[in-house]
Amino acid sequence: MAELNVEPTRTSDSDRMIVNMGPSHPVTHGTLHIVLELEGEIIVKATPQIGYLHRGVEKLGENLTYQQFIPLTDRLNYCSSLMNNVGYTLAVEKLLGIQDPPRSRVLRVLCSELARIGDHLVCIGINAVDIGAFTAFLYLFKERETIYDLFEMMAGQRLHSSFTRIGGLFRDIPAEFEPLCEQFLESCPRAVDEMERLLTHNPIWADRTKGVGAITPENAISWGYTGPCLRAAGVAQDLRVAQPYLDYETYDFDVPVGTTGDVYDRYLVRTEEMRQSFRIVRQCLAKLKEIGPGPVIIDDYKIALPPKEKVYTRMESLIHHFKLIMHGIDMPVGEVYSATEAANGELGFYLVSDGTKAPYRIHVRPPCFPIFSSFDEQVKGRLIADAVSILGAMNIIAGELDR
Amino acid sequence: MVIERIDEQLPGAILDRHAFRGDQTIVVGRERLLEVVDFIYREGFQQLMDVTAVDGGQRDPRFDVVYHLLNLASQERLRLKVRVADQESVPSLTARFKSADWSEREVADMFGIPFDGHPDPRRLLMWEDYPGHPLRKDYPLDGGDAFCSQDIGVSYAPDARSLNG
Repeated sequence: MAELNVEPTRTSDSDRMIVNMGPSHPVTHGTLHIVLELEGEIIVKATPQIGYLHRGVEKLGENLTYQQFIPLTDRLNYCSSLMNNVGYTLAVEKLLGIQDPPRSRVLRVLCSELARIGDHLVCIGINAVDIGAFTAFLYLFKERETIYDLFEMMAGQRLHSSFTRIGGLFRDIPAEFEPLCEQFLESCPRAVDEMERLLTHNPIWADRTKGVGAITPENAISWGYTGPCLRAAGVAQDLRVAQPYLDYETYDFDVPVGTTGDVYDRYLVRTEEMRQSFRIVRQCLAKLKEIGPGPVIIDDYKIALPPKEKVYTRMESLIHHFKLIMHGIDMPVGEVYSATEAANGELGFYLVSDGTKAPYRIHVRPPCFPIFSSFDEQVKGRLIADAVSILGAMNIIAGELDR
Repeated sequence: MVIERIDEQLPGAILDRHAFRGDQTIVVGRERLLEVVDFIYREGFQQLMDVTAVDGGQRDPRFDVVYHLLNLASQERLRLKVRVADQESVPSLTARFKSADWSEREVADMFGIPFDGHPDPRRLLMWEDYPGHPLRKDYPLDGGDAFCSQDIGVSYAPDARSLNG
């Protein structure tokens, strides 16, 4: 099965069959359309058509204030919206040249890692369902519900969190958060073990994933791969280690690396990354205890809104509130590119400021865009069934792919 | 620093440069883009992270095509810019970076900047006969009604930027 790179033997165009995979195919999540050219069961060419979801998020961003853009970042990768919030606010903070308080930094790492676990749970679970393994998905989705409960405690929202603010966070976590998080750290690793028992040594899973979508490190780099897909190909690039942000250098964790870059290795890398994220979450909880209660947003009312009790009782704070809402933050003129390691790879925000309250140009560099661009090369000469497993392992999120 | 080495090896290639919050930016002429990219590729900038553009509005030349490159060995990042006027083309980097394929198609689609030598110059996000290029500054925020072939005289926000301004 692994060496199935069959060259098509017949060349006449009349033998080719065009099959539309998606947008209503279950694998394509309702928004992806792939035109497959087939010779028998063998894919000769795949033409992905994106743009079905195009919401013009960049154009909208240019007409909203920096703060107002945060809810739009939720809609990019909706599986891990908290990481998008963090990535975007870090970009704005880089533009401003400020840093959020220590407690906020730990909480940002905490919610990012929970979001990473949630994202990987969905990716592996859905990929398994696409390939036909349903049970693993059930084990995993139960845990994702707990992650969403935790998000609800933090941000008040389950899916579209909009949790971060420029200079910190919307609010601190409530007292009930920690016991549930501890409970999650007990139960989720067990679910991951269970999933591994169901999948890792399963011969059907191995047949469907080993050797499928294999990519060389050179090709992966040239295609702009980042995140688990790049690491599965053997390149140990993780921005949390390579270009640390949010004090990631003070956390103790390993970067799992694969060898072949195939679907199986991507699965193994994601599984191990979840275990590493559990380690980071544990360290976050310990750090929170160490830091103790404290502010989660900077004490600069030219950037962050003053607390409501001050707005209602002090004239100065009321003016700050009004100025921030009506005129926005005083932005320096300049441009920055800020990248974070999202669940899927490098999530970059390129901001150009002309000093007004709205960004002059806002550009999102989503991780799955370059990965998906290699789809044709990945599936050429393979079976339709392989296209399904490759698509799942690429972890395409339409929201960030066609923005 | 790679910028100094470009200056040494390819004198005159860098037209302008600036650094802001640790981001290094160089501006090169479009006729020397391939030469500079070849040089920095050999210097280790082997990952083209992103290609995008900025519409300068009334400025001349109107557009900046912006490339973000990463050196995986040294973790150095470099922003490369090429300034082009309306309808002026930029050489395609697809021969050097595979990731340039879709990124350049997106820029061509959203800004209407043609890329010379691109192997597949179709639109990426919009359909073929979509009117205009949505990320240009003079394109209205509501986009009109793309399914109407003629102007029906209704616009929800003719000057959208003024709503927030």
